[in-house]
Amino acid sequence: MTATPILEMRGIDKSFGPVQVLRQVDFTANAGEVTALVGDNGAGKSTLVKCVGGIYPIDSGDYLFDGKPVTVHSPRDASSLGVEIVYQDLALCENLDIVQNMFLGRERTRGIVLDEPTMEKMASETLDRLSVRTVKSIRQLVASLSGGQRQTVAIAKAVLWNSKVVILDEPTAALGVAQTAQVLELVRQLADNGLAVVLISHNMNDVFAVADQIACLYLGRMAAQVKATDVTYSQVVELITAGRSGDLGLQAAAVAAAGNGNGSHDAGVTDLGDMNGAQ
Amino acid sequence: MTALQTPPGRTEVPGSTSRSLGEHARDYVGRIRGGDMGSLPALAGLIVLCIVFGVMRPVFFSDINFANLFTQGSQVVLIAMGLVFVLLLGEIDLSAGFASGVCGAIMAILLTNENWGWYLAIPAAIVTGVIIGVVLGVLVAKVGIPSFVVTLAAFLAFQGLVLLLLTGGKNISINDPFTVGIEKDNLPPWLGWVLLIVCVVGYAGVQLNRVRSRRSRGLAVDPLSLIAIKVGALAVAGAIAVYFLNQERAINPAFHSLKGIPNVVPLIVVLLLVWTFVLSRTTFGRHIYAVGGSKEAARRAGINVDRIRISSFVICSGMAAFGGIVAVSRANSVDPNTGGSNILLYAVGAAVIGGTSLFGGKGRVIDAVIGGAVVAVIDNGMGLMGYSAGTKYIVTGVVLLLAAGVDALSRRRAAASGLR
Ligand SMILES: Nc1ncnc2c1ncn2[C@@H]1O[C@H](COP(=O)(O)OP(=O)(O)OP(=O)(O)O)[C@@H](O)[C@H]1O
Ligand SMILES: [Mg+2]
Repeated sequence: MTATPILEMRGIDKSFGPVQVLRQVDFTANAGEVTALVGDNGAGKSTLVKCVGGIYPIDSGDYLFDGKPVTVHSPRDASSLGVEIVYQDLALCENLDIVQNMFLGRERTRGIVLDEPTMEKMASETLDRLSVRTVKSIRQLVASLSGGQRQTVAIAKAVLWNSKVVILDEPTAALGVAQTAQVLELVRQLADNGLAVVLISHNMNDVFAVADQIACLYLGRMAAQVKATDVTYSQVVELITAGRSGDLGLQAAAVAAAGNGNGSHDAGVTDLGDMNGAQ
Repeated sequence: MTALQTPPGRTEVPGSTSRSLGEHARDYVGRIRGGDMGSLPALAGLIVLCIVFGVMRPVFFSDINFANLFTQGSQVVLIAMGLVFVLLLGEIDLSAGFASGVCGAIMAILLTNENWGWYLAIPAAIVTGVIIGVVLGVLVAKVGIPSFVVTLAAFLAFQGLVLLLLTGGKNISINDPFTVGIEKDNLPPWLGWVLLIVCVVGYAGVQLNRVRSRRSRGLAVDPLSLIAIKVGALAVAGAIAVYFLNQERAINPAFHSLKGIPNVVPLIVVLLLVWTFVLSRTTFGRHIYAVGGSKEAARRAGINVDRIRISSFVICSGMAAFGGIVAVSRANSVDPNTGGSNILLYAVGAAVIGGTSLFGGKGRVIDAVIGGAVVAVIDNGMGLMGYSAGTKYIVTGVVLLLAAGVDALSRRRAAASGLR
């Protein structure tokens, strides 16, 4: 959609002590698009997302937001840029209602008094914009909501703040068919409304249902980031399990060595076929 | 780019439709069925207990006994009000009883041995409570020792501290008229009525103002009939209490008249209003509930969890200081057992009986007052019936277990009905 991606990570390295979890990872997300981030268990998806969200500092690499290099040291830095993450375990307070959860930590006040009417109005307008029809009352306790409804609240919480990038870590993992469809519809809608959405999922049906781009991590390396229409289901599965598929993905040497390769390429459709394993 | 567009054909805002009185009633019944009983069991129990004791011992309903209930229960209620803050986090403070003893002893020593004025001695007692709270809170939040262990240790240490302060356990009596008057003196009857009117009008004003500001934003409002019922209930209950407390209860009124609301009642009411405001209307209060509901969610929302935990212990020990002050006022003296024996368990019992959950995240300050009333009525009524202290402890223990059982079962029930 836009020439410069709203979010671009370049050559990210991340280690936990001796364990290198991310190696030279490149990743972009465009406004108005859903970018699916896929990969096997332990591939480093959550770690990458936490680096974007400021929870983990990156060891090296560039963090570009709207084309400009930025430094993100804390979740607050990320949210002030307009990057919001919906974690897999949601992190909602069950004993609080929907409005209270959506404004948690960023309550509106008049003087020292909570401005409940304003918060309630903003919350209901946000849910309204997202066409959320499933909650009975926004003063319902989160404890009384279904998994899909909670996911909806968590997503609404993320978009309440004029966010530009919303990252969802396995939002449908615990949901049934109907609720998954609901959440995917919401994801699609966020992108259609101009946000950059990053969706982590293990479910290929979900990925192909909503994604514009698919980025595939393999053992801490970005195997490929491609347009969803340019690949088939089985190619993505191969990328996930083997790191390459035909001329897509990591070179054999890189797959085998998982060494000090370097992927430099343009944003958007990405093919790391040009990647050189060192010797 | 970031502005979301409103999809067409969608006008209804969730929760924007005002509901009728009948719907409110149905909602309430639904909540109770779902396991969210709040103070209902305690209120029902209170009424039943009063009727039982009143029928079996008519003296229970005498004016003097009615006033006694307030002065007897005040220490427990004040400590319980502070405990609610700690319980809301899912923590416990077992040392609150003896903390009140320490604070009371400090006040008595300053008043009697050091000849300080009450206006210095009472703040000194409260500051002592605050310091105790900071120490407990830091040990729990920063060092990471479970609150059960920290406060169990403090329970023992404070018991010793009181003994040391009273050099070997001697009584210290106080005769400062102001301090003694907190429990012994009463408001003039006319002032009692004035305060009641102020409270009722203020309550109605707050409710109506809420309706006005919500309506002006097009949000759902409570029906006026519901507000009228709430305000009316407060007015009637208050009027009955003020009327009976304003009756002459001295045996020889010509010698020394005794009527009016005991001074400690407005003290409790003011603290109740302040803490209720803090919990339900401020960001700080909201964050207490959040930390009690999910520490991790609160942390990710940018809430300073440690600060909230330490503050709650400070409020708890600070309120224990108030409890100690009224205990010393009532006894005219402080002894090594001030704040000891059953005080702490009665206070925990009061909060839990009133509907505050031991699991954290659920509770209100008024729970402490309602539960404290239940505890005071049991203690007082069984005393009138001639039961020994032993039986009273057993019965109160059973009531506490009952309340904790209701708490645990209502959680299970909420889980079963998909509410949790
Ligand atoms: N805090 C940490 N300390 C050490 N190692 C970590 C830490 N967090 C993650 N790892 C390791 O990093 C690797 C990538 O983990 P990550 O959670 O990013 O995987 P993932 O792609 O999200 O997997 P899943 O699909 O199972 O969620 C794993 O091998 C994991 O053990
Ligand atoms: Mg993960």
